[in-house]
This record gives sequence, C-alpha cells and structure tokens, in this order.
Amino acid sequence: MTDSASEPYDLAVVGAGPAGLAGAVAAAELGLGVVLLDASAHTGGQFYRQPAPQARAARPEALHHDWSAYAGLRRRLAESSVRHLPGHHVWSITHEAPAWSVHCLTGDDGSDEQPVRVRARAVLLATGAYERHLPFPGWTLPGVVSAGGAQAMLKSGLVLPGRRIVVAGSGPLLLAVASSLAAAGARVPALVEASGYLAYARHPRALAANPQKAAEALVHGAALLRHGVRLRSRSAVTAVHGTDRVEAVTVTRLDRTWRPVQGSGRRIACDALAVGHGLVPQIELATALGCATRTSADGTSALVLGPLQETSVRGLWAAGETGGVGGVRLALAEGELAGIAVAARLGAGRARGSRIVQLRRRRDRMRAFADAMAAAHTPGPGWRCWLADDTDVCRCEEVTAGRIREAVDDLGARDARTVKLLTRAGMGWCQGRMCGPAVACLAARDGAPEPPPERRPFAVPVPMSVLAQCADQPNTAP
Amino acid sequence: MARTPAELVGAQPDPPFEITFDGRRITAVPGQSVAAALWAAGILSWRTTRTGGRPRGAFCGIGQCFDCLVTINGDPNRRACLVAARPGDAVTTQEGHGHDRLGV
Ligand SMILES: Cc1cc2nc3c(=O)[nH]c(=O)nc-3n(C[C@H](O)[C@H](O)[C@H](O)COP(=O)(O)OP(=O)(O)OC[C@H]3O[C@@H](n4cnc5c(N)ncnc54)[C@H](O)[C@@H]3O)c2cc1C
Ligand code: FES
Repeated sequence: MTDSASEPYDLAVVGAGPAGLAGAVAAAELGLGVVLLDASAHTGGQFYRQPAPQARAARPEALHHDWSAYAGLRRRLAESSVRHLPGHHVWSITHEAPAWSVHCLTGDDGSDEQPVRVRARAVLLATGAYERHLPFPGWTLPGVVSAGGAQAMLKSGLVLPGRRIVVAGSGPLLLAVASSLAAAGARVPALVEASGYLAYARHPRALAANPQKAAEALVHGAALLRHGVRLRSRSAVTAVHGTDRVEAVTVTRLDRTWRPVQGSGRRIACDALAVGHGLVPQIELATALGCATRTSADGTSALVLGPLQETSVRGLWAAGETGGVGGVRLALAEGELAGIAVAARLGAGRARGSRIVQLRRRRDRMRAFADAMAAAHTPGPGWRCWLADDTDVCRCEEVTAGRIREAVDDLGARDARTVKLLTRAGMGWCQGRMCGPAVACLAARDGAPEPPPERRPFAVPVPMSVLAQCADQPNTAP
Repeated sequence: MARTPAELVGAQPDPPFEITFDGRRITAVPGQSVAAALWAAGILSWRTTRTGGRPRGAFCGIGQCFDCLVTINGDPNRRACLVAARPGDAVTTQEGHGHDRLGV
C-alpha cells in the first residue's frame, strides 16, 4: 500500500459527485491510498451542489433530498486519508505500465498555468452526465437555459434566471428543477413534458421494486401542486418569443411521435425557460482508452460494466451516470461497490462478501427502474418537425437546421461525423455536447439514430502550450 | 414561503463586494461565480457570437457549453459559470472570436 501522499496512488477517482465520493471513501476505509480529483472547488457533483462556504447557508438541505447521505460521506472523507484535489480538470488518461497517468489542468476554469499529472494503479471514472438538448426555434435567446443548469446555478449561486420560469423538455429531472425553482421564489407557470407520464405504468414491476422512487415523485408532485405549477404532458415548447431576451413561449401539444399537433399552440408569458431532454453519460475519458460502450434504453451511449463495475479495460472502473443514467442512489451504490472491488483487486482489506451481495442487488434493482424511465422519455422522431430552417442546431458554430438538412438530403451525409465535416456542426468549443444527439437524429433521417460515439480527443479544451509540454511534464506538483 | 433562494437556504453571506460589467457597477457575494453575480443583477447576456453577432450568456451552468465565455480583466474566453468573482474584477462583453488560445 502506498501512503496517500506519495505516488503512485492505489486509486485515482475522477469526479467527486455521489459515485466518486462513495467510491473514494469505501476504498480508503479498506486501506487504499486514494486521490480524488474534481474540476469543481467542492465535492458533491451535480446532485449535492451547494452554495460556497462563504454564503453561510444555515439550511443547505432545503434544496436537496437525502442531504444526510452527503453529510455522512463528507464527514468520512474528512476523516479518511483520501487526498482531495479540487479544481483539477482531467483532460486525458494514459497508461504507462505499471500505472495510469491522469493529466489535469488546474484552476476554476482550467486556465491556471500549472498542469498536473497524477499516477495511480487503478482508476475509477465517476464523471457523471451532461444534459441532452433538442433544438427548437428561439432556444439560443438569452433567458433560455438548460434545466440542469438552472438547478446548478440555483444550488451553487443562489440565483434565478428570471421571475417567471417555464420548465420544459422531458425526463424526471424536470420535476426536481420545477419544484426547487418554485421553492426558491420563482413563479413556474407550467411544467411541459413531451412524454406521457403514464408511460411508467407500463413498467409496474420496476416501480414496485423501487418504492423510494415512487415516494420521491410524490414529494415533487405535492410540491408542484402547492406552488400552482401546471403540468402539461405530451407537449413541448416549439417557439420562444422576444428579441434580446425571453418574453414568452409557445407550448404545443404533441402526438405519440412528438410531432406538434397543428393549431394547438398556446402562448405563455415568461421571462425565462429552463429546458432539457434527459442526460447523456460523460464517458470520453473512457472511450479514448477503448472501453466498450452500449446503447441504453434512451438512445445514449453508456459504458459496458462488469458485475463489479469494471469497464472492459482491466484496471479501469466506472460508477454512477457513466454506466447509464440512473440517479443519485444508484450512483452511491455503484461507487461503493467499485471502491470495494478495487480494494479486493489490489489485495487490501478483508473480503466483504455480504456487503457486495447487498450492493449488487440494490444496483440491479435500480438499473431496471432506470431503464424503464429512460425508455419512457426517449425522444420521438417527430421532434424534428419543431425545427425551422433557420433554427440554430449547433450553438457554437451557428449551424442551422437548414444547412444540416442540405448536408443530409442533397449531399448524402448519413451520420453525425459526415454532417460535421460538411457543416462544422459539433466542431466548436463544446465538442458536440450540446448538438450531438440532435445532429445524429437529423442525419439518420427516418431510421433509428446511432448515438454519437462520445469520442473527443480531450475531455476539456487544452492550451497548445500544455500539449507541447506534455512529453517532459513533471509528476504531480506540491 | 421563501421569496428568494438566499432566504430558502438561510444564507448569511460574508460582506458583498463590487465588480464591474462593461463599466457598470454590480454587487457580488463571496464565493459566487461571475455568471451568478451577473444573473443576480438581471444580466443574462455577455457575449456576442462570431458569425451572427447574437447575444449569449450562461446556458448549461456547469462548464460544458462554452456559451458563457466572457472577458475578465482583459483575459478573453473565461467560462463565467466556473470562474469565481473577485473584488474589483472588470468583466466585459466578449465579441466574436474564440479559438486562438485553445487547441480544442
Ligand atoms: C446540470 C445537472 C444538474 C442535475 N441536477 C440534479 C438534481 O437536482 N436532482 C437530481 O436528482 N439529479 C440531478 N442531476 C442528475 C445527476 O446526474 C445525478 O443525480 C447524480 O449527481 C449523479 O452522480 P454521479 O456521481 O454519477 O455524477 P455527478 O454528480 O455528475 O458528478 C460528477 C463529477 O465529476 C466531475 N467531472 C466530470 N468530468 C470531469 C473531468 N474531466 N475532470 C474532473 N472532474 C470531472 C464533475 O465536476 C462532477 O463533480 C443533474 C445532472 C446535471 C448534469
Ligand atoms: S454556462 Fe455552459 S459553460 Fe458556462
């Protein structure tokens, strides 16, 4: 066992959200030397995002379910030997036998001068997810924000994008977002969901096995009722009005394929729109190393994982949303399971057979539920009818739907990669995170879209100077 | 019922400080990101796009979309949703250009 201050560490955990925290703590408690890296200044990831300590929040739990689970992990982290490195943006992982090298940029946004390399015998990838977006006319107007982004800015910055906020898109996250925006003082005139919630009823077994999920939905449902939020299912925002910022949205009913029903549009006045269509696992660090992926029930790519959370590449584990979107409790269970499995592989601690059995059972049950949810919120092909020819699909490069249709219909592009080469869609700063799923759908025309492969040369943008330095980089600094 | 996010969580922040946005003074509280300070002042856009010159601000809120790029103390292409506001920061609207410093 190495001591936690010296390299290589036994385990490097990338991501300090629920999965990474649970994994780091479990592994350290079994005797491993663990380093926990996260781009953010704080632990907690997306779910347990919280105001900065200087905000002195007396009730941080007001914006979270399950705060006590986080408080417990945070205490165990403080008592453990885990070395937490905040403000470390991992851009690549490489293997130089016998250890992995984790390459990081540092600082709030990765722009500090000093790049860092951390070495470890095993790596746990717990990098979470990003939000899936489907474009529609007006979605680039200031005041339109991603649903998870509105939640994140509220939880960490204690701010709202407006006073009257419509929440729209698809997926269970919208319920959480609408109820926290309303609890924080915003008026939420409508929650617009493209699917029918009745879709869950088709999976009664998965629901019955996850009573906690049903209870959560009830809590959100009750909160929404209390705040007067109107739920409109099988509907979508198909236009945003305003010149320099949002003044209103048009909400239109959808048929089963998500095609707008002509003449059903209604205008709702608002000064902001929070919108998102589910989550996409953030897995480019793993795909760059050749880890196998699968297409999940909602059409996104997720890592293929073994019974104990190992990827198809030996020595590389994953937990939480990277193995398929499934929520905070699943992330906690998978993180702990991975931490125990890594310790067992590296010969630390006593075998904890009964805990492993319990965690595996819990994980399998929650995965089944997650698949049912994902299937219920898979975008219908009719969403493409929301687009006008001049709607921007790629926000970075300002590539319109018209230009993408041209590339597909006239120039014969059949996949996102070819569309990218012809139009630059997906070539900008965000490397296709915002437009990738939409471009893949447009390229597939009427066929089933191939999920984008989630391959990016670097997980975060890297200055040329750092790339040039890479060959003769020192080991981790302080 | 809470009327503001700060009331909801019972925040008693350290004393606020000033930053400027295009010369206009705005207040930030310690620990807030530049984007959060701008939102708190009712400002939703602080960049114009390279091709269409369209206004943009924070979209994803978590460092992934790069819509929130802004110039801070003369340094362009900073992600406002990630960078913490510091007393005296001069934040200015970023017009156009992007990739010169980074090899995406
Ligand atoms: C914007 C957003 C808001 C969300 N809000 C909610 C909510 O309010 N309620 C809810 O139930 N679910 C929410 N979710 C869903 C959320 O994904 C899960 O519930 C839960 O947080 C997943 O845990 P995780 O540990 O798998 O990942 P996360 O919690 O996402 O943690 C991943 C961590 O990895 C870090 N990371 C990622 N890539 C890198 C890198 N290259 N280098 C260094 N660090 C990296 C991130 O900074 C993050 O801290 C949200 C998701 C998103 C994207
Ligand atoms: S808002 Fe998306 S990167 Fe800052």
